[in-house]
Amino acid sequence: MAILDLRQQFPILNRMVKGKPLVYFDNAATSQKPQVVIDALTHYYTHYNANIHRGIHTLAEEATMAYEATRRTAQEFIGAVSEEEIIFTRGTTEGINLVAYTWGRQNIGTGDEIIISGMEHHSNIVPWQILCEEKGAVLKVIPVNDNGELEMDTYKALLSSKTKLVSVVHVSNSLGTVNPIKEIIEGAHQVGAKVLIDGAQSAVHLDINVHEMDCDFFAFSGHKVYGPTGVGVLYGKKELLESMPVFQGGGEMIKEVTFEKTTYNDLPYKYEAGTPNIADTIALKAALDFIKETGKATIRAHEEELLAYATAQFQAIPGLKIIGNAKEKVSLISFIIKGVHPQDVGVLLDNQGIAVRTGHHCTQPLMARFGIPGTIRASFALYNQKEEIDALITGLHKTIKMLS
Amino acid sequence: MNIKPIHEIEKEIIEDFALFDSWEDKYEYIIDMGKKLPVLEDEHKLDENKIKGCQSTVWLVASYNDGRVFFKADSDAIIVKGLISMLINVLSGHTPTEIIDARLDFIREIGMMTHLAQTRSNGLLSMIKQMKNYAIAFQAINSQKTDHK
Repeated sequence: MAILDLRQQFPILNRMVKGKPLVYFDNAATSQKPQVVIDALTHYYTHYNANIHRGIHTLAEEATMAYEATRRTAQEFIGAVSEEEIIFTRGTTEGINLVAYTWGRQNIGTGDEIIISGMEHHSNIVPWQILCEEKGAVLKVIPVNDNGELEMDTYKALLSSKTKLVSVVHVSNSLGTVNPIKEIIEGAHQVGAKVLIDGAQSAVHLDINVHEMDCDFFAFSGHKVYGPTGVGVLYGKKELLESMPVFQGGGEMIKEVTFEKTTYNDLPYKYEAGTPNIADTIALKAALDFIKETGKATIRAHEEELLAYATAQFQAIPGLKIIGNAKEKVSLISFIIKGVHPQDVGVLLDNQGIAVRTGHHCTQPLMARFGIPGTIRASFALYNQKEEIDALITGLHKTIKMLS
Repeated sequence: MNIKPIHEIEKEIIEDFALFDSWEDKYEYIIDMGKKLPVLEDEHKLDENKIKGCQSTVWLVASYNDGRVFFKADSDAIIVKGLISMLINVLSGHTPTEIIDARLDFIREIGMMTHLAQTRSNGLLSMIKQMKNYAIAFQAINSQKTDHK
């Protein structure tokens, strides 16, 4: 399908910002939603809003069916073997925390080591720091080279029998780097460590097959894959999910409760305490179907074209430096401009209707690695157009002129 | 000391901004204000003087002299610096009570409300809060002195 037709499906893209047509380049923070997703939300609330799983009335049955249909779609979307391996969460952050608080507390002890990378989002740093502090474990970090790629030789040297977990980001939200996770996972498994992949940025761009990848856990967010906010998926290998202790207690996650002893529900419900985010989970299916119908290969081809086009244009701007020049990159460009604070660029671009993200992108250690307070980040999605990149370039020239 | 009341300085700023008919003119004026803000000596650029927004850093120091509060500030981002410069023009040199009571409506009037939004991306709101906190602190010191008399 032509990009223009796809664009038409995203109503928000027709709006004006400060009197100019919106140019939305903050897709790595959250993507916009196609009409089918918005419709799925209103359709649920208009026609079959009900609490799921235990109701015996028609509405409850319809809602339950729709909710579980998303689980099957999500399973297919990431290539999991069984539906029981798909746990619904609030998002990637909750998925990572779930693993830290359950598998982590059960399996990490004094002197054990957890390896993360220098380009992690704070949500893949802090849960492990909390765990390490509690257990007397040690956090090790794979360094990042000047191009924004992981130093794989150092990674291999960090691996040892003490390594219990490797938790790394698939695609960097600040640099766009695609990490060699196949190699990372193989290395970790050789020393008997488990691997969690933070798929927050990768799920929307790359083909994901957790089974082939052989990762132990994989987490992603609905709102970055054209779906609603407040819903995400945690994949875990079935035998791991079965052996882990529960996360939160409450309704839905139990089999039988007495004051003496409670037995827990089977997978995946064991980890889904309380009434879940039914509406957004149901609408997530519409987003995943939308991606499937569009085709990730088609999306990627378009985004790669945008990336190449934008990179060439950016390189021609005096004083502009791209941060993150990995060989494998998704459609995202982080950059700084000599003598100019990123926040000022963000404010002036916003006045031209252009939405970019500025700041440290929740990766402060990575910014420290590059010795910068933050970057300006333009991230592209399937609905973006070359004309919008032209608008950004014009906007940048104007911004630089105003600030100098 | 002969200093214009806060609301009058605000009025002048509003009148100045009314002459601008494009966002570019407004921001060029603010950027220019930022550039004109007197340099803050490095000795004041301490962590304790930092007002940390999520993205830019602001240093703010206050002194109390003859019943009046004087502010000095700096920032690594020029637009923020321009906005502080305007706040200093409005508030500096006034009594603690005047500063505490200042409504600062000019920010809305000149269309800079977005900079007051509760996003962590800028610290204008925390800046105003900190300026008022200084005024409250000086007022407290002042009333203690008066009590002892």
